[in-house]
Amino acid sequence: MTRRLTAWAAALAAVVLTATGCSAGAGNNGSGGEEKRTDMVVAHTAEPVNLDFTTTGGAAIPQALMENVYESLVRIDQDGELKPALAESWDVSEDRKTYTFHLQHGVTFSNGDELTSADVKFSYERVNSDAWTNGLKAKMAVIDSIDTPDDATVEITLTDPSNGWLYDLASAVGAVFSEDAVDDLANKAVGTGPYEVQSFTRGQEIVYAAREDYWGGQPNLETVTFKYYKDPVAAVNAVKSGEVDVLASLQAPELAGDFESPDDYQVVEGTTNGEVVLSMNNAEGIFADKKAREAVLYAIDEQAILDTAWGGYGTLIGGMVPPTAPYYEDLTDVYPHDVDKARELVKEAGIEGESFTYTVPNLPYATAVADIVVSQLEEAGLKPKIETQEFPAVWLEKTFTNHDYDMSVINHVEANDMLTVFGDGYYTGYDYSQIEDAAKKADTGTEEEYVSGMKDVARTITEDAAAGFLFLFPNLIVADAKVEGLPENFVSDSFPIATLAWK
Amino acid sequence: MAGYLIRRLLQFAVTAAAASVIVFLLMQVLPGNAAQVALGTNATPEAVAQLERTYGLDRPLPVQYLDWISGMLTGDFGTSYVTRAPITPVIADSIQVTLIIVIASMAVALLIAVPLGSLAAVFQKRTLGTAISAASQVGIAVPNFLAAIILIMIFSLGLGWLPSSGWAAPIEGFGRFLARLALPVLALALVQAAILTRYVRSAVLEVMREDFLRTARAKGLTKTQALVRHGLRNAAIPVVTVAGIQLATMLIGAVVIEQVFVIPGMGSELVRAVANRDLVTVQGIVMVLVVLVLLLNLIVDLLYTVLDPRVRRAA
Repeated sequence: MTRRLTAWAAALAAVVLTATGCSAGAGNNGSGGEEKRTDMVVAHTAEPVNLDFTTTGGAAIPQALMENVYESLVRIDQDGELKPALAESWDVSEDRKTYTFHLQHGVTFSNGDELTSADVKFSYERVNSDAWTNGLKAKMAVIDSIDTPDDATVEITLTDPSNGWLYDLASAVGAVFSEDAVDDLANKAVGTGPYEVQSFTRGQEIVYAAREDYWGGQPNLETVTFKYYKDPVAAVNAVKSGEVDVLASLQAPELAGDFESPDDYQVVEGTTNGEVVLSMNNAEGIFADKKAREAVLYAIDEQAILDTAWGGYGTLIGGMVPPTAPYYEDLTDVYPHDVDKARELVKEAGIEGESFTYTVPNLPYATAVADIVVSQLEEAGLKPKIETQEFPAVWLEKTFTNHDYDMSVINHVEANDMLTVFGDGYYTGYDYSQIEDAAKKADTGTEEEYVSGMKDVARTITEDAAAGFLFLFPNLIVADAKVEGLPENFVSDSFPIATLAWK
Repeated sequence: MAGYLIRRLLQFAVTAAAASVIVFLLMQVLPGNAAQVALGTNATPEAVAQLERTYGLDRPLPVQYLDWISGMLTGDFGTSYVTRAPITPVIADSIQVTLIIVIASMAVALLIAVPLGSLAAVFQKRTLGTAISAASQVGIAVPNFLAAIILIMIFSLGLGWLPSSGWAAPIEGFGRFLARLALPVLALALVQAAILTRYVRSAVLEVMREDFLRTARAKGLTKTQALVRHGLRNAAIPVVTVAGIQLATMLIGAVVIEQVFVIPGMGSELVRAVANRDLVTVQGIVMVLVVLVLLLNLIVDLLYTVLDPRVRRAA
């Protein structure tokens, strides 16, 4: 009896060892010389709770719908450049306040309605009405009037010239809706894009079906499915067992090493608009003193943080601007890592050993970053006390809304969000008057003035030690080796699927 | 008997009503609110206030409570703040999934535990009995989610036999359904089987010491015959009690298992709703869970009267 049990135990152990030791192959998908697949399964982390970004914030809904289902007049390509979308071209008036957009011809919505300038007018006026509650709507507040001289022309007049506006238009606020199809946006999405939502199973998946009558020509794949995995390990397992072809954003970079075999998988690293910000409450408490904030910036070693917390994936930026933005400038040398200087400043500010609250949202990168930041700060004589907060609910209430914090860390993912994050009344508590005039001048000036003006604004924010800029969040895609057309950089609101294809 | 039944049903109704008040009040204590979460980092105070009005969060608490409870009594759990879809179908769909998993797991657990536990009792002082006891001891120490991860490593990633996650309803194909059901059920059942094995073992041991079993042996039955014919029904009473309690724990244990296997059951819905502060949905699901647990207790109590004539007479 005993011997038989031993044999069983040995067999079981052998199974476990083989199981954990061997890497799974391409799984159950058709490989080899068979016919090309016309479907693809893409795994995402953050799931849309509904399909309505006009009243629901967060990145998940625009990521699923923009460019795929809804389109704007313009779009942002992989290099961060503006490209035509529903507008095939546009003219800007002398005073740079009036934009005349010429619409593409033969564009239809997925419900059969034809796109006319009236839909654009309706959609953009709707952003500025109470129907939109998403705070992003502020980006369209600069619109003064919208005219439709004919069915294919839209004239938008701004109250002031704005360089940022056209870029903003490429985001979700620029989505063009059909007037007949906005009754139940939470559950039904009708747009002009290459795909339509075939089914939406909350918490599980969105299935997209290609539209034969898409104005830009039918896309490569007939069906694309977005599956949602909250747990990064479950997502990785799904890729390994072949249930998923693409993992859109690997939230556990330490697992990237699992996909080293180039015959089976590819790991693509691109950039995003996400600045991982070590925010400090500039308005109140210990960090109202600039010296205290400077001490923090000298104390932290961003490279070490990036290497330890996020496997070295990501880019050091030193400011609130991603490298794909036109006004990017490397600001990493403004506050180099200098512990002695940090200690000196801590003494000067008289905050040695003074305890302060460091609120950490329970998100993978935030908790990964927190410990090393704390040890670096302690080295300089600072005394942070970590308070982990549930994200989004608790963090949004306590840190973001009530400003009840000294230090926090969060990935600010939106494009062109510098003026929001350091704007008036935002949780950073930054003194907006420091940059208000410069920002206004840059936005209303010529394109060159815009670029140089925004550079100055970014530099001022960094020099004021308004926050720590730990690193630019990487876009890590893991995919089956035979997938092509992956959107390497996540620089717009969207995860575009029209370019996806099988080799 | 009828009086007992009415008494128990009344008790059930009062407990459920009290639970509904507690559940509702607990929701109000949670920090954060749905409007804030929905609008995220772009929120302005005006937009939050406007959305709170849309959700009806600005109404007095008693009004919100009465609105909720009266709807629920007619089978309408209300409309989710976040998804803006009716909650009743969501709960109906997800409860099926969870119940399938939990009931299948209990069945598997009993199929393992009853024979193993009986063997462990009969061979109490022999190698087999000791081995079973030791194995069940280890099984109890393994948390569900760990069992789940090990099963995924072996059967999905290693052998590639079964999918690592996901769910398919039986109508989508029975094979697909079983393939996705197998691992979560095993993960839940193995641990439960370990626990139940110990109870079955001690229940059978207890019964084996009873006089009536000695009498049965004296009539000429073998040990096994006596146990099967007279012992098992008596041993069933403590096992049914424990299985009932365990069934309730498994409903909760399924929350974790559903997360690991990405299964759209009650647990996943609950976790999602809590994260989004979708309180009407949370309330609805928690109430359904509370009622289920109360029902289970009721059923277990009633089962006693079937299994044990002594309880029937006492009632």
